Amino acid sequence: MDNLLEVENVSISFIQYTKGLNQRDLKVITDLTLDISEGEILAVLGSSGSGKSLLAHAIFGILPGNANLNGKIKFKGKELSQEDKEEIRGKNIVLVPQSVNFLDPLMKISDIAIGHCDSEEERKEKKIRQREIFEHYNLDPEVDDMYPFQLSGGMARRVLVSTALLADPDLVVADEPTPGLDEKTVEETLNHFKHMKDQGIGVLLITHDIHAALEVADRIGIFYSGYVIEIALKEDFSGDGENLLHPYTKSLFKALPANGFEVIKGHQPLHGEIIKGCPYYDRCDMKFDRCKEERPELVDVGNNKKVRCFKYEEGE
Amino acid sequence: MELIAKNISFKYPSAKDYLLKDVNLELDNNKIIGLIGDSGSGKSTLCKILSGYVREFEGEVLFEGKPLAKKGFKPVQLIYQHPEKVMNPKWKMKQVLEESWEVSDDFLSEFGIQKSWLNRFPQELSGGELQRFSVVRSLNPNTKFLIADEMTTMLDAITQAQILDSVLKIVKERKMGFLLVSHDMDLVETICDEKIYLKDINAAMK
Repeated sequence: MDNLLEVENVSISFIQYTKGLNQRDLKVITDLTLDISEGEILAVLGSSGSGKSLLAHAIFGILPGNANLNGKIKFKGKELSQEDKEEIRGKNIVLVPQSVNFLDPLMKISDIAIGHCDSEEERKEKKIRQREIFEHYNLDPEVDDMYPFQLSGGMARRVLVSTALLADPDLVVADEPTPGLDEKTVEETLNHFKHMKDQGIGVLLITHDIHAALEVADRIGIFYSGYVIEIALKEDFSGDGENLLHPYTKSLFKALPANGFEVIKGHQPLHGEIIKGCPYYDRCDMKFDRCKEERPELVDVGNNKKVRCFKYEEGE
Repeated sequence: MELIAKNISFKYPSAKDYLLKDVNLELDNNKIIGLIGDSGSGKSTLCKILSGYVREFEGEVLFEGKPLAKKGFKPVQLIYQHPEKVMNPKWKMKQVLEESWEVSDDFLSEFGIQKSWLNRFPQELSGGELQRFSVVRSLNPNTKFLIADEMTTMLDAITQAQILDSVLKIVKERKMGFLLVSHDMDLVETICDEKIYLKDINAAMK
């Protein structure tokens, strides 16, 4: 399987004004590394407010003007420039946004889905295709003439998913697709992603919901204080969590109500209070001296898994 | 100490149908109750009625035998999903807390709040950190009953365990009442003594 998307050492910082004309450079993402293959679902799991949505914005080239983006984003092996991103977004890579609030409230659903057309013929062709896909997702013809506010939660989700698929993409990026939906709709939404995977589409699922991630993802990237600290297989989240590598991931798994509801101390360092060494240093119960000063790299431990911890370097 | 809801019915002025119809509940400070139900069944509205934030409803809510006071401190406190929506964005966290009560340093550290955070504005903290403040603020010594409406839904599992662990400690220590609303069945099973299922439209059944 080929890598569809590779994100290598991406960091994002913002220039902020503090007082008067004083500026500071606030680092929100320090090191984000991940890859997705065709027909794979990779979840990026991070707590709300941790900045993980910026990853989606970086891939689509829609970061705000005061943001600084470093590192590489490659699509099918080619590094993407801002122009490339503008060229392929909406075609090869599409976004499933969080809610219908991202749609134009004054446009009819079918017009939003079809988007810009150069000629009347193109519009007709697209209209036929749009109807096909909507039909496939159980959206009746009357939905075409509705406005976003008239959709129920589940219907809105189906509209967003089918609109994304209208472009026949290679990769779908879904930003927090599950909050605020009831159980049935969540399951339905997650099934859409499984269905995409079966068609060979790669899916990047950005979420804070560990249950959703475990339900559909093949691999899960754990995002902590601006770093990806581990990329684990879904199967590793089982038993006592003994196959999980990073101490944070283990604690996260054991803190789930069904797995013991274990409490550990401390909090994730906030943006701007990131220390020099390992971001998990303060809370770790198996730290070495070097962890305080040196920052571990994300190392490949085989079997498509990666971890950022000195304990696993060079077979230690 | 009891919080009793008698024949609560509620509908939005513009709606045709009732959202809540003849709901009866008896809560006390001996058991921790979990309230579950499908989305749209009116759980959050019921919480607002029980805590005195929604006053236009049919039926009555009695706390320690009396209706909830319209003025003054609310002994039944409600915490919900989004802490960033319940804090003045122009106040620093210290002021946000002091709006409610003078919190001791021990209390802050029990909830994992760093002293340096007190000088920050709400938007400078993450959801997990803000929710800690929101909980501490509501645990004023005059609070007798706490309603947590999806309080930890947006948080990661570790922060959820930390906050609930501390809250349950205080609830037991002060012999407070606690109602947990959640869609996470594992969570309800873990910390609640009893479950109440709110059926879409009709009355609550134990």
